[in-house]
Amino acid sequence: MLKIDNLHASVEDKSILQGINLEVKSGEIHAIMGPNGSGKSTLASVIAGKEEYEVTKGSITFNGEDIEELDAEERAHKGVFLSFQYPVEIPGVSVTNFIKTAINESRKAQGLEEMPAKDMLKLIREKADLLEIDRKFLSRSLNEGFSGGEKKRNEIFQMAMLDPKLAILDETDSGLDIDALRIVANGVNKLKNKDNAVIVITHYQRLLDYIVPDYVHVLHNGKIVKSGTKELALELEEKGYDWIKQEIGA
Amino acid sequence: MDLKEKLLSSFMVFEDRVDTNTYVHDVRNDAIKTFEEKGFPSKKDEAWKYTSLNKVLKEDYSVFPKQENALEYSEVKKYFIHDIDTYKIVFIDGKYSSHLSQTTHEGMDVCLMSAAFSKPKYRLVIENYFNKAANNDSLASLNTAFSSEGAYIYIPKNKLVEKPIQIIHFSTGNESALMLQPRNLVVVGENSHVQIIERHQSLTSNPVLTNSLTEIFASKRAIVDYYKIQNDNLKASLIDNTYIKQKQESIVSIHTFSFGGNLTRNNLNFYQEGERIDSTLKGVTIIGDKQHVDHNTLVHHIEPNCESHQDYKGIFADNSTGVFNGKVIVEKEAQKTNAFQANNNILVNDKATINTKPQLEIFADDVKCSHGCTIGQLDESALFYLRSRGIPEKEAKALLMFAFSNNVLSSVKIPELKQRITKIIANKLGVNIGFDL
Repeated sequence: MLKIDNLHASVEDKSILQGINLEVKSGEIHAIMGPNGSGKSTLASVIAGKEEYEVTKGSITFNGEDIEELDAEERAHKGVFLSFQYPVEIPGVSVTNFIKTAINESRKAQGLEEMPAKDMLKLIREKADLLEIDRKFLSRSLNEGFSGGEKKRNEIFQMAMLDPKLAILDETDSGLDIDALRIVANGVNKLKNKDNAVIVITHYQRLLDYIVPDYVHVLHNGKIVKSGTKELALELEEKGYDWIKQEIGA
Repeated sequence: MDLKEKLLSSFMVFEDRVDTNTYVHDVRNDAIKTFEEKGFPSKKDEAWKYTSLNKVLKEDYSVFPKQENALEYSEVKKYFIHDIDTYKIVFIDGKYSSHLSQTTHEGMDVCLMSAAFSKPKYRLVIENYFNKAANNDSLASLNTAFSSEGAYIYIPKNKLVEKPIQIIHFSTGNESALMLQPRNLVVVGENSHVQIIERHQSLTSNPVLTNSLTEIFASKRAIVDYYKIQNDNLKASLIDNTYIKQKQESIVSIHTFSFGGNLTRNNLNFYQEGERIDSTLKGVTIIGDKQHVDHNTLVHHIEPNCESHQDYKGIFADNSTGVFNGKVIVEKEAQKTNAFQANNNILVNDKATINTKPQLEIFADDVKCSHGCTIGQLDESALFYLRSRGIPEKEAKALLMFAFSNNVLSSVKIPELKQRITKIIANKLGVNIGFDL
């Protein structure tokens, strides 16, 4: 589904990603771990199409298509979804109106009619229930004054609504208490199937107890320095990132 | 002959042929003298530093339209809020159109200034209120000198006016250039409530200059909601002078929606003459091209325990220019005043300009006053967030601009008007957003 080949990216002439190779197939869950500043969030943003990051070398293909030149919205229309580490507050637009607009714009891009209001309402209710979201919450301004947990739950709610092929969860566990973590992880697991894929970006092993990865990659200085199965995450948790740094002689 | 000379020489002819109320004559005569002394404001005046009338004043305006014109309702229906029942006071080229209007004298007066000036039964109200709120600025004086027509609204006490009142001024372009000076008087009695919508609309591309003046008097516990729709064409300029005097516990809000016109200058003045008064001044400005919109506001807190809320948003594209000059005066006696002022602006490109200047003069020591102004582009991270959800750049920008102006729309109390304004904004931003905010 996703193939990243020797990807180099920089922001404001500062090189951050320095040769990433990664392949994610349908049905897989990949975890990307690494110390602060290793380039995890940059990788997520580059895949999603944030303009301030410049790809200087390498390629990103999604379902066989080079997506590097595509705008963020075009990537979204093809099924890429990014759950933000810091979801942006947008006063004046309700959660419902926002998601309606997002869904109908995606449908428009695919040459489909707008979703009938009745179907939309039904879908919203169903997905809100999945994430144990109160109806009142949906009429509030997007992310404005939301707690950390509410913001992340709202991100996964949007993911559920948009039903992406590839979901990238950027530090979705940060700022979550254990109950919220469980709700969010449960939501992700229920949305997971053999035709989609998830990349979980996290600093800690904690989330991976709930969303169990098929593969774990360790990112350091803009490169994947070690890959393995879920046991690697446990080892990292136990030994810390210094262990990796020593191992690769950094 | 320049416009000032033309106006001065026209005055004698004008004054001879209108009504005979001596009080009004005296006021007009004083006003023309003031205008003669002061002339039109120039950039040398501090209050006009960023707005130049030079170009606008160069047109060869007809001061009195030569002939009366008629319009069919079907031609101009779209300029009305037509999906609800309303009173209507409509003028075509400065002349009252009985055909398009719907006035009343049942339990209140929703009619014409010309009638109020000339009929003895209105004499007392005219003498008590006419020109008692307006000041002697040169443009206000000019309007006063030529005041003869406009809307006259008198609501006695304890009256809830259920239908909103629309005041609409059309210009048809029959004159090659036309100057209009409508004069409105609104007197609202104790405990009464009224909603008013005002609009100036030019129907051709012939230049129009409107120097309008409205005086509003809100008695004890009166509620007045006043909405100004400024969405005229590129050849129409508007100077809108509004003066509001409030008595204790009255609540007055003025919303100004500036989406069009060539040059628009709003002089909005509130005087709080009692305790526990609430004044709200809100505005949304969305302009492009070479349009210019200037909001010049004054809130004068004279008595204790009063509030004022100012919230002006502006979105400026192309070579458009905006000005916000908001003055708040809190007198020594006006303790426990809460005065808030916000002016937030988005410049869509780097050729658009906004000059914003808050002015607070506070002489009391136990007050809460705040002001804030921002000038910025759209938030890039918010834009990316929306786009990452599949909302294309153009729609995402529009959505953010909608969101930006939403605070101002939320206080519009007439749903049909709110819907209309929302639509105008959507059109302005060039997108169709599938929901109302």
